[in-house]
Amino acid sequence: MTALGWLQAIAFFLIILAITKPLGTYMARVFEGERTWLSPLLSPVERFIYRVCGVREDDEMTWYVYALSMLAFSLIGLVYLYLLLRTQKWLPFNPAHVDDMAPDLAWNTAVSFTTNTNWQFYSGESAMSYLSQMAGLAWHNFVSAAVGIAIAVAVVRGLIRTSTKTLGNFWVDITRCSLYVLLPVCIVVGLFLVWQGMPQNFHAYQSVTSIQGFAQSITGGPMASQEVIKELGTNGGGFVNANSASPNENPTPLTNFVEMLLIFAIGAGLTYMYGKMVKDTRQGWAIFITMTLLFFAGFAIAYWAEAAGNPIVHHLGVAGGNMEGKECRFGVAGSALFATVTTDTSCGAVNAMHDSFTALGGLVPLLNMQLGEIVFGGVGSGLYGIIVFVVLTVFIAGLMVGRTPEYLGKKIERREVQFAILAVLVTPVLCLVPAAIAAVVPAGLATLNNGGPHGFSEILYAFTSTNANNGSAFAGLGPNVFYNLLTGVNMMFGRFAVAVPALALAGALAGKTAVPESSGTFSTRSPIFVALLIGVIVIVGALTFLPADSLGPIVEHLLMLQGKTF
Amino acid sequence: MIRHLGTALRVTVVSVIFFGLIYPLAMTGVAEALFPRQANGSLITVKGKVVGSAIIGQLWTKPQYFHGRPSAAGKGYDPTATGGTNFGPTSKKLIASTKSTIDALERQNSRASGPPPMDLVTSSGSGIDPDISPESAYWEVPRVANARGMSVAALNALVAKHVQGRIFGFLGEPRVNVLELNLALDNLKAP
Repeated sequence: MTALGWLQAIAFFLIILAITKPLGTYMARVFEGERTWLSPLLSPVERFIYRVCGVREDDEMTWYVYALSMLAFSLIGLVYLYLLLRTQKWLPFNPAHVDDMAPDLAWNTAVSFTTNTNWQFYSGESAMSYLSQMAGLAWHNFVSAAVGIAIAVAVVRGLIRTSTKTLGNFWVDITRCSLYVLLPVCIVVGLFLVWQGMPQNFHAYQSVTSIQGFAQSITGGPMASQEVIKELGTNGGGFVNANSASPNENPTPLTNFVEMLLIFAIGAGLTYMYGKMVKDTRQGWAIFITMTLLFFAGFAIAYWAEAAGNPIVHHLGVAGGNMEGKECRFGVAGSALFATVTTDTSCGAVNAMHDSFTALGGLVPLLNMQLGEIVFGGVGSGLYGIIVFVVLTVFIAGLMVGRTPEYLGKKIERREVQFAILAVLVTPVLCLVPAAIAAVVPAGLATLNNGGPHGFSEILYAFTSTNANNGSAFAGLGPNVFYNLLTGVNMMFGRFAVAVPALALAGALAGKTAVPESSGTFSTRSPIFVALLIGVIVIVGALTFLPADSLGPIVEHLLMLQGKTF
Repeated sequence: MIRHLGTALRVTVVSVIFFGLIYPLAMTGVAEALFPRQANGSLITVKGKVVGSAIIGQLWTKPQYFHGRPSAAGKGYDPTATGGTNFGPTSKKLIASTKSTIDALERQNSRASGPPPMDLVTSSGSGIDPDISPESAYWEVPRVANARGMSVAALNALVAKHVQGRIFGFLGEPRVNVLELNLALDNLKAP
C-alpha cells in the first residue's frame, strides 16, 4: 500500500462528503414538489409528459397502488426489452449487423436491466445493436434508477407522514427523478467523459491495419451517453464486455475517479435528503457515518490484499501487487477502490476483473453485496435497505431495555418488524439455496472457469450479485440455459421481494400517529446507535454468509499462502 | 391493474423516445461538434491511413517495437472481444501462462536487467490496455535499442518523454502509451 493510493480514497471520500449536502438539499426540493433552478426549463417538459401519459400530479397513492404501479411499469419495461433484443437484427442503428439474442439470454438480460442489476451474460460489442444499447439498456438505466429512488422517497414519506394511507405518486416521482436529478448530471458529465476520450458516435466498426500489419477492428457507439447513466444510476452494465476496464468506457485515471464519484453521489445525497425530509439532518448524518465506516473498512482490506499480491506468482520470480485483470492506468489502488465502491452500491460496473483478484481482495466485493449493499447503496435501494436495518436495530435495542421501540416518533410494532425481517431474509435464502443447487448439479458446474474453492466462489458470487442486483461478476463463469434462467429468477426476487415489503413497511408506518420523544426514547443519532447499527448489519451478514464464504474465498486464501493450485 | 398497465405503457413510450432516442442522439451531436476527435474514437493517422486508436492497445511482436501486456481479448488486442483471463489466484492455468510469459520475455530480452515488471507478465482487464508502466518500457529498452542499432541512452530519453504522470499528482499510475511511443520511435529514424 502507498500513501498515494490512500490519498485517492481519501480525496474521493472528501468530494463525496462535499456534495452530499447540496445534492441532498436539491433532491429534497425535487421530491417535495418545490421549484428548483431548473424548473423554468424542465417543468414544461414535465407537464407535457403528465398530459400525454394521463398522469394526475395530485393523485396520491396508497402503498399498495404505489407498488402495483411500480410492478406494472417494470413488467412493461421487461417485455419491451425482451422484444427489442429478440428483433434487433431487423431494427435500425445496427451497423455491426448483430443478430437477435437467444430467448433464454434475452430473458436474462431483460430481467437484469429491469431490476437495475445489469448482470451481463453477453458481450455488448458482439451481441448488442446500438439501438438495443441506447433505447433498451440505457433507457432502463434511467428508469430503473428512478424507480429505486422513487421507492426510497416513498419509504421516507411513510416515516414522516402520520395517520394517512398515502405515500405519493409513483409516476410523478420517477418523472421528476429522471428529469431533474438524472438528466442534468448525465448531459454535463457525459460531455466531460467525451472530452476525456470516450467515444460517442454511430459509426460501424472501423477496420484498421496497424503499423506492424495486424488487422484491428475499432468499435464505436453512443458510449459516453450510456456510461454516465450506468454509473450515476448504479446500474453497471457495460457497453462492452470489459466494462469500465475497457479504455473505451474509462479512458483515463480522471474518468475513473469521476465514474466512482457518480456511483456514490446519489446514494450519499439521499442520506442528507432523508435527514432533511424527516426534519432532523442528524438522522441522515448518523446513517452517512455508518456507511463511511463500512466503506473504509472494505477498501482497507481490498487494497491491502491486492497490494500484497499473489505469492504463487511471486514464486515465479516477479515482484509487485496483483496486476492480473487490472489496467495500467488505474493500478492496484484505483482498481481496489473501484471494486469497493461498485459493490458498496448496487452498481456492479468493474474496472478490473474481480475473478482475478486475490482471495481476500475478492472477498470484499462479495461481502459488500452480502451485507445488502447499504454503503451508500444502490440509488434508492441503498436507503430503503438501510432503513430496514435501522428498524431492526431499533427493535433489538428496544428488546434489550424492555421498551416498545420507536423510530422518528413512530412505534415499531409486530407488523413493521415482520416486513423488515421479510426484506432481510430474502437475500440469504435466494442467494445461498440456488448457489448450493448449482454447486452440485452438472449444469451448474459446466461453465466454471476455475477449479477448487475459486470455482465455488464463482458460483457464490453469481448468485450473490444477481440477488443483490449488483451485476458485477467473477466473470469466468459462463452462461448456459441453467444460469440464464436461474439468475434471472434470482434478480427478479432480489429486486421486488425487497422493494414490496419496504413499501408495505412504509404504508404501515404512514398510518401511525406520532408519539412525542421522551427521556426514555433511544436516540437514533448517537454514536451508540451507529455502533449498534453496524453491529446488526455485520452480525446478520456474518452469521448468514460466513459458512459459505469459508468454503470459497477464505479457504482459497489459506491454500494460496501454501502455494496450492487447481 | 389494467389502468396501471395503460399508464405504464404510455410512460414507457414517452420515456423511451426521450431518454432512449433524443438524449443519446443530441449528446452525439453536441459531442461531435465540441470534441470530434474523441467522439470518433481518438483515431491516429499516419500518411493518410488510420493505424489505430490512441486509447486502444495493439499487438506488437517485432523486437524493434515496444510491446504491450499479454492480452486475453480474442486472439490478442481484439476490441470486439474485450475481457481478461478471469483466472483466479490459485488457477493452474494462471500460473502456467504467467510462467511461459516470463520465460518468453526473458528469452527475447536477454539484455534486460532483472526480472520483467509485474504488469508485463499479467493480462489486463480489458485485453486492450493501451499502456505499460514506465518500468516496463525502460525494461524493454535494451532489446529495442539492439534491434534498431540505437543507443540505450537515446531510447531512455524517448521513453522519459512519453511517461504520463499521475493526474493532479495522485490519480492513477504513471504509464506509457505503447502506440504513441512506437510512432515516436519510427519518427526518430526518419530525419
